[in-house]
Amino acid sequence: MALSTVLETPGAGFNFENATRNAALEALFEGGQTPKPLKTGTTIAGVVFKDGVVLGADTRATSSEVVADKMCEKIHFISPNMYCCGAGTAADTEKTTELLSSNLSIFSLNSGRNPRVVMAVNILQDMLYRYHGQIGANLLLGGVDCTGNHLYTVGPYGDVDKVPYLAMGSGDLAALGILEDGFKHNLELEEAKELVRSSIHAGIMSDLGSGNNIDVCVITKQGVDYIRPYQESEYKDDRKMNYKYRPGTTKVLTEKVVPLKLEVVQETVQKMETA
Amino acid sequence: MLSAQGFGGPGKMKEYHYAGAVENRFSPYAFNGGTVLAVAGEDFAIVASDTRLSEGYSIHSRDSPKCYKLTDTTVIGCSGFHGDCLTLTKIIDARLKMYKHSNNKTMTSGAIAAMLSTILYSRRFFPYYVYNIIGGLDEEGKGAVYSFDPVGSYQRDTYKAGGSASAMLQPLLDNQIGFKNMEGVQHLPLTQEKAVQLVKDVFISAAERDVYTGDALRVCVITKDGINEQTIPLRKD
Repeated sequence: MALSTVLETPGAGFNFENATRNAALEALFEGGQTPKPLKTGTTIAGVVFKDGVVLGADTRATSSEVVADKMCEKIHFISPNMYCCGAGTAADTEKTTELLSSNLSIFSLNSGRNPRVVMAVNILQDMLYRYHGQIGANLLLGGVDCTGNHLYTVGPYGDVDKVPYLAMGSGDLAALGILEDGFKHNLELEEAKELVRSSIHAGIMSDLGSGNNIDVCVITKQGVDYIRPYQESEYKDDRKMNYKYRPGTTKVLTEKVVPLKLEVVQETVQKMETA
Repeated sequence: MLSAQGFGGPGKMKEYHYAGAVENRFSPYAFNGGTVLAVAGEDFAIVASDTRLSEGYSIHSRDSPKCYKLTDTTVIGCSGFHGDCLTLTKIIDARLKMYKHSNNKTMTSGAIAAMLSTILYSRRFFPYYVYNIIGGLDEEGKGAVYSFDPVGSYQRDTYKAGGSASAMLQPLLDNQIGFKNMEGVQHLPLTQEKAVQLVKDVFISAAERDVYTGDALRVCVITKDGINEQTIPLRKD
C-alpha cells in the first residue's frame, strides 16, 4: 500500500562502524564523565496560543567560539501546516527535518490528506531512537491540523514530550525563565508573538552561543506567517573608516593569458517583454 | 531535554558502579575570555580592551575592563584567566612601589616589561594563565608596546593583539598599520586620531565574529600629558 513505502525502515543507511569504537571509548570513561552531547549555541522557543502555534529562534550559528553564520535559518519547513525549530548539530537538524519533510509530502500525495502533527512526531521519534543519539538533533515541532494546535519536543535519543510551551538550546534556561513567567493558556496572537520574542531576546543577551536577529513563525489554521527577521539586531556595525582597496593593491606575481577561440555557430534573438 | 542515561528512576540519579581508582581532575584554570590590543605611535600609545567577562557560554560581567594603569606613562592589558590577571596586577603594583621607594624614581615602560618577564618565568612550572600586553611611552617619549606569552617571553612591537580574538585582529593590523600585502599604497605615519578610530573599528569587527568579545570597549590613550580613557559600546549579544 502507499503508506508502507513511507513507513518502511530504509536499508543501507548510516555507517555504524564507529558505534563499537564509541562503546569501547565509553567503557574507558566508566565511573567518570562521559563526553556530553554537543549543544551548539542556539535559543529556540515555541508557544501554543488560542489560534495556533508560534515558534521563535535566534539566527547565530557558532563553530566553537567563532560565529560561523550571522543569519542562519533555524525554523525548518516540514509541511504547509508544520514547522520545526532545530537545536544541536546543525547538519543533523537540517537533514533530519528535510528527510521528514520529503516523507510527509510523499504521504500527502499518496493519501490526499494533510499530515497530522502526531505522524511527524512519530516518524522523528522512530528515526532518532533507531540511531541511539548519534544524530544530535533537539527538535521543537509545532503545527496545526484537524485535531488542533500542537507543540512537541523530540530529543536526540528519541524522547518525546507534548508541551504548551518550551525552549531548547544553550540559551534555553534564560528563555524558559521568560516563558514560565509570561505564559497563560489561550493567549492572543500579539501576546504570544511578544512572549516568544522576549524569550528569544533573553536567550540572545544571556547566552554567548545565541545572537543576532530573531525569527518568528506563526502557524494557524488559515496559514503560515514566517517573519524573518521578526526583529533585527539593534547592534549595527558602524565602522567609521573606509577599508576598500584600490584595484592593483594586491601584488601580481605572474600573468598568463589564454585566449579562448570561439566561433559563432548560431544566433537567435528573442524579444523581452519590457512594458 | 535531559539525556536519559543519567537518570535511574523518577527524580533519582543512577548509581555508577566502577572498578578501580577514579581520579576526578580539578582544573586550576578557567578561561574568562576578552581581547586586548595595543598600538604604538610616534608620541603616543594606545591600549584597548573589551569589558566582557565570560565563562563557558555565560557572562559574568559586562563591565570588567582588562586595562590596568600602572604608572602615568604605562598601561597593561591582561586577558585569560581573570584570577591570575588580578593577582598578577597586584604583584606588579607592589613591585612598582618597592622600586619607587628604593630608587626614588618611577619605573620606565622598558623596565616594567623586563621585570614582568622575570615574574612570569618564576612561575614557569605553574604558569599565570595571562596574555599580557604593555603599552606606554619609552624614555625618549616615543610609543612602546611590549607583548608577552604566559611564561615571560617578550618583545617590543609597534602593534599587537592578544586574547580570544587576537587571531582575527592581528592580520587586520598587519595590513592597516604595517601595510603588509599591499602594493602602491602610501606609507603615511599613523596619527593619533586615525589610530583610535582604527582600534574602535577593529573591535567592532571582532565583536561580530568572536562570542567572547563584546559589551563595551575601553580605550586608554597614553601621551606625555597623561592617560585619557574612553568607553564606547559594542554588541551585547
